[in-house]
This record gives sequence, C-alpha cells and structure tokens, in this order.
Amino acid sequence: MTIDLKTVKHISKLARISLEEKKAEKLANDMNSIFEFIEKLNELKTENVEPLTSIAETTLRFREDKITSDNIREKILKNSPEKNDDFFVVPKVVE
Amino acid sequence: MTEITSLSLFELIKNIKEKNISSNEVAKSFIDRSEKSKKLNAYVTENFENCLKLSKEFDNKPNFDLKLPGIPIAVKDLFCTNEVRTTAGSNILNNFVPSYESTVTQNIWNEGGILLGKLNCDEFAMGSSNETSFFGNVQNPIAKDLVPGGSSGGSSSALAANLTPITIGTDTGGSIRQPASFTGTVGLKPTYGSCSRYGIVAFASSLDQAGPMSKDVKDSSILLEVISSFDKKDSTSIDFQRNNYSSELTRNIKGIKIGIPKEYRVDGMPGEIESLWKKGIEYAKDCGAEIIDISLPHTSYALPTYYIVAPAEASSNLARYDGVKYGLRSSGKSLIDMYEKTRSEGFGEEVKRRIMIGTYVLSSGYYDAYYLKAQKVRQLIKQDFDQAYNKVDAILTPSTPSSAFKIGEKSNDPVSMYLNDIFTVPVNLAGLPGISIPAGVDKNNYPLGLQIIGKPFDEQTVLNIAYSMEEKINYKTNITDWWME
Repeated sequence: MTIDLKTVKHISKLARISLEEKKAEKLANDMNSIFEFIEKLNELKTENVEPLTSIAETTLRFREDKITSDNIREKILKNSPEKNDDFFVVPKVVE
Repeated sequence: MTEITSLSLFELIKNIKEKNISSNEVAKSFIDRSEKSKKLNAYVTENFENCLKLSKEFDNKPNFDLKLPGIPIAVKDLFCTNEVRTTAGSNILNNFVPSYESTVTQNIWNEGGILLGKLNCDEFAMGSSNETSFFGNVQNPIAKDLVPGGSSGGSSSALAANLTPITIGTDTGGSIRQPASFTGTVGLKPTYGSCSRYGIVAFASSLDQAGPMSKDVKDSSILLEVISSFDKKDSTSIDFQRNNYSSELTRNIKGIKIGIPKEYRVDGMPGEIESLWKKGIEYAKDCGAEIIDISLPHTSYALPTYYIVAPAEASSNLARYDGVKYGLRSSGKSLIDMYEKTRSEGFGEEVKRRIMIGTYVLSSGYYDAYYLKAQKVRQLIKQDFDQAYNKVDAILTPSTPSSAFKIGEKSNDPVSMYLNDIFTVPVNLAGLPGISIPAGVDKNNYPLGLQIIGKPFDEQTVLNIAYSMEEKINYKTNITDWWME
C-alpha cells in the first residue's frame, strides 16, 4: 500500500498541521518507507489474540469528586499566549 | 582528594555527610565545569544561581539523614519543574514555565537534591541521537561530532562529562539505555508503573518511564530508591512493596539464571557487538550465574509494533499543543488557521512525522489494520517474555546494535534511525525493567553497552546482576576534556 499526496494532505488536516507542497512530498516518501517497515506485522495471524491495552495490570482507581487544588486560575492563565481578564483569547470563531 | 566532579554520587554523599566537603563546594565545582563545557550544549536552561543559593541554605541547616543531602542534580528537560522553564526540546514549549512539579523531581528535592539545570533532549523525547532538539545537537564527550544518543542525550552527555553527579532521563523505547550505552554510563529503565509519570511531558503514555542515569550501578540504585514511588496523580502508578535498592544491593548472584535470546542475533549485527555479547556471557558465568538459551520468537515484530503504538499515543498526547493555553502561538486568520500554523511552526520535522503516522493509524478505516493489530502483537511480545521468565530470572542482550554514530550520519533516514532501538524497544512494550551498563569499546574506542532485562518489579535482581558484572568488566571511561579551551 502506498500513501499518496492526497492522503498526506488529508491527514495533515486531521492533525491540524499546515503543510507546504514540497514538505508534503517528502513526508509522503518518509511515511511510505516507515509503513513498508510496519507492514511486517501482517505476517502474523492474530485473530485469536487479545489486544494488550495496558501493561499495568491494575484497574483504574476511583477518587472522591472533590476539589484538591487551591485557587490556581492565575497560575493556569500565566502561560497563555493571549488572555483577557480570566479568559483565554482565541481568534474570532463566530461571525 | 580526587576532583569533586569525578566522584560518584555515593562518594559525594559520603564526603558531604563526613563534612569533608560542603554542598556549596560541590555545587560550585559542577557549575564551574558546566560553564567551561558549553560546547557540549548539554544544558537548555541553567539554574546555577539558584542552585548556589539553595546549597548554602543546605549547609547552614544540613540534614544528613536525607538520601541526597545537598546534592546538585541536572535533569532532562522533559520533567516539569515549578517556576523553571520546561521545553521538552521543542519550540512549541520554548516559553513554558510550569506552575507545578513532576512527582519524580519532587521526590529528589524532598531527599535533599538541588536542581542544577535542565538538560537537552530530542524534541518530545522523539529521537535516538538528540538531533531533533529545537535547541541544537549535543556533543558526546567521548569524541567530537559524535551523537550522545537519545532521547536523553543532554543527560548522558552531562553525566559522562562530569557536569552533574547523576541525572534522570525518560525511556519510551530506549531513551535512557541507548544514550547510556553511547556514553559509557549506566542507565536504568524501571518497570512500567514504578516511577510516576505525573508532570513528565507525555510522549507515549503506555510506554513512558522515568529512570536514573549514573556513573555506576550503585548510584543508580540510590537514585531509584528516591524516585520510585506510588503516586495517586498517575493513574497507572502501581502500589507495590519497593525495595531498599541500595542497601539490598549485592554482588552475590550465584545460581541466578540468565537467559540468552537467540532472536537478538539480528542480521547485519557488527562482529564487535556479537563478541561483546559473548564476553558478557562469560562475565555472567564468572559471577556465578547459570546461562540458559531462550527464545523470544516475536522479537523482530517489536519495532514495527512500536512505530504504530508510540506515534498513535503521541498524536493524541500532542493534540494539547494548540496555541491557546500555553506555549507558542502563531497568528492565523481563523481559529483553525491559528492551530495549523502554530503546530506547523512549533513542531520539528520528526515530531510532525510521528504525529502524522499516529493520526493515520488511528484514522477511520485504518484503526483495526494498524493500531488494533499492533496491540495484539504487543500481547504476543509480552507473552514471549512471560514464558521466558518461567525458565530464567533475567535476560542478557547487547544494549544497541552499534556504538555511537556521527552527527548527521542517520538523520535523513528515519527507518535506519529507528533500528537503533531494536534491543531496547521490546522491554518497553512488555513494561519490564532494563539496565544498560558499559561493557567494552569498539575499534574506535567508543563505548558499548550490555543490557540486563528483569522480571516486572524485580529491579533488585537487575541491579544485582549489573553490580556483579560491573566489577568483572571493570570498564574505565576514556574522556579527555577535548571540548574545553
């Protein structure tokens, strides 16, 4: 199977990464060589194998639904590229 | 006395406790040497002034009961440090200053450690040579223009060059063990769930584990004891009885069964690696271990599995970098345009490549063929180890298929770069502990490492075997300070 330029552009949309035409071609080449390498897995029959989803054989723990942090609004906002009072600011989304 | 910076962690602690040297003198020595070693590019962010201040505070009110009394330590820049910039080697986090501390680093400060600085690494820990870092290549102190390995390349370089007495890295597919092997140092990846992932910039959450990197095995046992802890803040942290790794450390491994997996004799493996492995087997026998041939039949499927699982998890972990809450923002016409430009400008080539692969294997119509398939093969790889451990207590392999390579040598061929991790990746997929210890040199005098893999939660046996073999191997570093004026 080969990954064509159209697929690469579609994936870059899904991944929210803008791509120049030239870069997209190189990426398609790289991805194809990586997938050629990955295709090796098709040699194995795995119909009856349970997928391994977590290596830590524990069930997820529950905790009480209780606030444990102090008022950290300022700390959280401190790193934001653009803020206005207590809000993150993003480009306009509603016309 | 020998130079302070060349002492092991164990010796430093001893000297501080016996009041032969002060914490401040130790901090000064490492800072002075680090200042003269800028050419290595091991540091991304220095914390020198604060380190001197805190070391003085320690000396004024010393507590010698702590496990790391007043010891300055530089850490990989993947650990969030409160009020100290944390970049993960990426442009997208270039200006990120966390308001919280990772559990692993907090454990170190609680035991008296003092932050010396943040060390360079591959961007988001994705790389095997430190060449994907936004902050530039790192030099291996072994020789000029040689990579220090990766992704914990700043850590291995700083440690081997005596810029820090000990350090911590993270290991998703070999990122502690491979750089340790390339620099003639010791690197331990603990069992998945031993050291908390809280506050570590996430790469592939089902594989990531923090661990010690040190000059010798004993030092790793001391640091593991500090950083390994159950943590409620990490949903996959495991609550088990942890050993006192350093006090239980012993060279007596008589009767321990060590497996040699035939599948690790890969095609095209250099003769030097093969003979290193043979020598390793002899050392293990000399130490009293019993050698048993074993089979791990799915070994050759580990890398393809890893290159589905790790990018898939990375693509979802890195979705958070959107230019809104923290990190870099590029301007865009609309919200989507801003996201796309931010991520395009903020991430480097390798990170984008992996996000793309991950997005593809998780996308509609391909999930079963790739991600589910990889999870099933991962099960087979884990079962291989489970079966082997019915017969043996540990497994001995080379750490890497080659010694350190030159900067630029492999950076244009992602697959050849990925092959570096062929012996380390299966250990992450199965969640096992593994250590790399220096075991010899190649024809260029570059270090080569041997890897000891253990049963889950049996770091003690791994450390004991390494400690015993280390004495027989008697590896001596050969570093000339060539980078200094």
